[in-house]
Amino acid sequence: MTNRTDEETERPFDLRTWYAMGTFFKPFRRLLVRIAVLMTVSSVVDVLIPLYQKYVIDNYIFARSGSGIMIVASTGIAMLIVQFAATVLFTRAAIRVEMGFSRDLKKACFDHLQTLSLSFYNTTPVGYIIARVMSDTDKIGLLVAWGLVALVWGLSYIVFAIAAMLILDFRLGIWLAGTIPFMLIVTTWFQNNILRHNRTVRRTNSLITGSFNEGILGARTSKTLAIEDINISEFADLTGKMYGGTVRAATWSAVYTPLMLMFGSFAIAMIMANGLGFVARGTIAFGTLSAMISYAVNIFEPIQHLSNIFSEATATQANIERVEALLKHSPEIKDSPEVTAVYGDSFEPKRENWEPLVGDIEFEDVTFKYPDGEEYVLEHFNLRVPAGTCVAIVGETGAGKSTLVNLVCRFYEPTRGRILIDGRDYRERSQLWLHSNIGYVLQSPHLFSGTARDNIRYGKQDAADEEIMESLRLVSAGDVINKLPQGLDSDVGEGGDRLSTGEKQLLSFARAVLADPRILVLDEATSSIDTETERRIQNAVSKILTGRTSFLIAHRLSTIKMADLILVIRDGKIIEQGTHRELLRKKGYYLRLYSMQYESEIL
Amino acid sequence: MQNMTEETNKKHQAALLWKLSRGSRALYAVAFASMLMAVACNFMTPQLIRYLVDSVSGAPVERMPIVSSLVALAGLAPETVAQRGNMARVVMLVIAVSAFGGIFNLTYRRSLVMGAEGLVKRLRDRLYSHIQRLPYSWHITIQTGDIVQRCTSDVEIVRSFVSNQLIEIVRAISLAVFAYCILFSMNVPMAAASLAFLPIVFVYSFIFLRDTSIRFLAADEAEGQLLAIAQENFSGVRVVRAFGRERYEADRFASQNQLYAELWMKLGKMLSTYWAAGDMLTGLQMIAICVTGIYQASRGGITIGEFMVFLTYNAMIIWPVRGLGRVLAEAGKTFVSLGRLEEIFNSPTESDPESALDAPIAGDIEFDHVSFAYENAPILRDVSFTVSEGTTLGILGATGSGKTTVAHLLCRLYDLGEGEGEIRIGGVDIRRLKRSLVRKSVGIVLQEPFLYSRTIAENVASLSKHYSLEQIKEAASISQVDDAIEQFAHNYDTLVGERGVTLSGGQKQRVAIARTILKAPPIMIFDDSLSAVDTETDSRIRAALRDRVRGVTTIIISHRITSISGADKIIVMENGRIIEMGSPAELETFGGVYGRILDTQRLVVDETDEGGDRT
Repeated sequence: MTNRTDEETERPFDLRTWYAMGTFFKPFRRLLVRIAVLMTVSSVVDVLIPLYQKYVIDNYIFARSGSGIMIVASTGIAMLIVQFAATVLFTRAAIRVEMGFSRDLKKACFDHLQTLSLSFYNTTPVGYIIARVMSDTDKIGLLVAWGLVALVWGLSYIVFAIAAMLILDFRLGIWLAGTIPFMLIVTTWFQNNILRHNRTVRRTNSLITGSFNEGILGARTSKTLAIEDINISEFADLTGKMYGGTVRAATWSAVYTPLMLMFGSFAIAMIMANGLGFVARGTIAFGTLSAMISYAVNIFEPIQHLSNIFSEATATQANIERVEALLKHSPEIKDSPEVTAVYGDSFEPKRENWEPLVGDIEFEDVTFKYPDGEEYVLEHFNLRVPAGTCVAIVGETGAGKSTLVNLVCRFYEPTRGRILIDGRDYRERSQLWLHSNIGYVLQSPHLFSGTARDNIRYGKQDAADEEIMESLRLVSAGDVINKLPQGLDSDVGEGGDRLSTGEKQLLSFARAVLADPRILVLDEATSSIDTETERRIQNAVSKILTGRTSFLIAHRLSTIKMADLILVIRDGKIIEQGTHRELLRKKGYYLRLYSMQYESEIL
Repeated sequence: MQNMTEETNKKHQAALLWKLSRGSRALYAVAFASMLMAVACNFMTPQLIRYLVDSVSGAPVERMPIVSSLVALAGLAPETVAQRGNMARVVMLVIAVSAFGGIFNLTYRRSLVMGAEGLVKRLRDRLYSHIQRLPYSWHITIQTGDIVQRCTSDVEIVRSFVSNQLIEIVRAISLAVFAYCILFSMNVPMAAASLAFLPIVFVYSFIFLRDTSIRFLAADEAEGQLLAIAQENFSGVRVVRAFGRERYEADRFASQNQLYAELWMKLGKMLSTYWAAGDMLTGLQMIAICVTGIYQASRGGITIGEFMVFLTYNAMIIWPVRGLGRVLAEAGKTFVSLGRLEEIFNSPTESDPESALDAPIAGDIEFDHVSFAYENAPILRDVSFTVSEGTTLGILGATGSGKTTVAHLLCRLYDLGEGEGEIRIGGVDIRRLKRSLVRKSVGIVLQEPFLYSRTIAENVASLSKHYSLEQIKEAASISQVDDAIEQFAHNYDTLVGERGVTLSGGQKQRVAIARTILKAPPIMIFDDSLSAVDTETDSRIRAALRDRVRGVTTIIISHRITSISGADKIIVMENGRIIEMGSPAELETFGGVYGRILDTQRLVVDETDEGGDRT
């Protein structure tokens, strides 16, 4: 496993990272423009409200006049309606952008992942891929939409408010306008520190989750080692760290908010100190004073928005970079352009050009090492497997039995040498051509959530129910379906977990049979199942092998004995090969493996 | 009835919360007091502005004695506030009031977070230690994911209640109460107008959030399904590729992806109206104040300063009250979460009686007519045997024969009940000993051992700091894993698990063996713990144990006959009973399972020769 972590890194804001997302912005250009316009409108109304109040104070309260009260009310309501419309529209647009943007990113990632090689999946934990596809994309979408909302509203509120104040009265307005840069600087400084502390807190939090997980999964071991006390005291250290971290982070914001309010109060104090004299001398109206104070109180919010969006944008860069890296990761196994031209690709196959596959397989001077490995596991390997042959691969756990299968399936390609299928290098045909002709039955059967029908016809979408039932009968799994409440329509649950392992295995056999592949790969389970299921599975195996070229990663003696050819693997290398009898006669490693299996099966 | 139980449940949960608050109560008291003071200071500034404005406008200002005395304290009077020479005093006055507010604000936030986080720390610590002390039988029945979820998400919900919602509710209510007391004392019609829309705002947001929660749930479910599709695709990538179903998978993902996005866009429409309507109501509230103010002013019932106070107070309280609906809707979840946590706390932990013995144990192991059933299914039936100190016992049996239960009973992962026989070590019933003592004396290596996400050295040392690297290396070399460890980039400091190297099954087993060897217990059990190790390494480990770890009573459980053939005594189990017992030589001639296996091994060899003859 390569070591891929989700560490958040600190890096300055960089527009280039965003530029990389360019194509994803395209479909949303109009919506984004709409958001910008609406946010400007919204901020104008927000700036107008203190002016409205000033108007009321000067013309009515101060003048002690009640005439035209209806005009005041209706002007106010008109403003509110504009505000209402702007809010409804921008919220809708923003949610459409947020969800649409992340939807497109998710789709792009998922589609790209369908083309990546198995080596990528073998070296990357599923959790890591999931985090990229599901949560990074969400964060990017969130920032694109709501970041723009905050940016435009915050900027235009500040600009319009400053303009309004300076026009109302330059001498008073300058006090607040002059404070804004300081507020911005202080806010940014605090935000960065708060962000940094929050990051530590999040990291500690995920450690705590990990500890709970480990504390539960490892409970049995901890008990047998009698180290519960060590675990408990280490956990207490961790929660202590969490306590300290959270209190530190909260202290920063506990200082920040009052400090910002102090800036506001300073501006208010200066406005009052100067303004009272102006009012007394009659050079400005009371309403002006009121509007100024309102701006001084309100300005705090847009400033916080602005500073927030910059920290968020900087933080989201990490998400973008990870998604970008995933999208740029190129598959190690690719069909050449010439091949794609004739055979099509995985999404747009040109089945009409596909020749039928017979099933002769030949390893021709194959040398191979895994991309992340250092040692050659095959060197100058030659093997002819005529169509219809059954090859068993045996060896102890972890000996490297899957290598040949990985090569036959073209999950990996030979480092040197060629693999011929029906006499032609398989790289001269498309991957999908080969895969459409391979049936794969896994050690731990993998089913998909959905109905039993969907699962069985996974390899042949257009199969009729009769065909499905026929293939079930062939592997004697008919009663598995009959036992289900809604027969073929029954939901098998996530990963098929509503079925037992044996049942899952039988369904996956039926799935392979229905696809009617020319080449069959069977990765046999070591897990113990009851003898009855075991018997049925053996029966199913012998049924589906007939007439196909097959590779069995085998453990059970009965399966091994079915093979025409047995390859014995040790430490990743083929050390013996031959038929069962030939190998027994050698009295080598195979004999030892065989007798070990014999004794464990007899108990 | 339903309501009754719900009520008592809530009482239980409130009691749990109260118990956890011990140690944080003083901090909460400080937090609440300073929060109230901060609110009072916040209300002071507008009053001060009223005083100053009305002094200039010539209106009567002596309405609140506290404001007047503050102004007097600053050396100001209504007639002098607008004088140039007094500017500094005005500035000082306004800033002083808000500085006090700031100090209270800071005290309130800091003591709140200390109180709340302290409470959460206690909750987490208790949960963790409770789970550590819950019996083995609890651990095998629960779903790890479910419990982890409770310990994280539910704790998080409780956290946001104690650190946010609780004080937010109190703050919003006290803001409103404070404000209305002052407003009504100032001007009754104006106060009534300020109050007009507030209940609507509150009820509206509460009902909206309560009723939309079901739609949020639907969106969450759609996201869950999308996640499941992705997860199944990535973990089943071999199946997808082998059947050539990339296109199908991409379509399946795309349609669910679209569905999920659309659900949110629909939710967005509702949210947009909700937010906009909230803004609208807030705005109407402001207009109501203006209109009433104009009407009042035309009759001389209100001063400019007072009018400004109404506008400012309105802006100050409307947001907390709008938020109150959301906070209350969310706070409701807290009790559900507390209930889920309570379930964990209610499971009884393992505990030793006062009289439990704590003296070192050694000597022969005796199983004396032991029968054991788990959830009414009999597992062991009348099992009796002894293992003399320092000898080796081999147990052979198929899956489900009860051999692992023998091991679990011996290290007290389960306890025998009354009338189920007795297990003795050195003549002492193990139930009379302290559990930790038994487990320290009986070292067991499990078939699928668990390694901690620590370094290999820490794993071998069982997280203890009492062992030197030399000792650790020695143990690793006996279990034949030292070579493998030295291959790793950081040798013994290599991290194990997700963030470090992935060990193979055989390597894990050998690290676990080293771990048990290092603890040097007088009794060691190997519960099929060499199953993933190849036969040669298996025999090397056993040889090393024999030669380098002396005087230990050993029990080897296996289904591999070679692993136990060197034992002093062997028992063969089937369906919870002992069907054969004796030395390897005795069993060989006895003609039972053991003998049969040995025979069939010879058969295999014969078959070979036979095969040789035929060709």
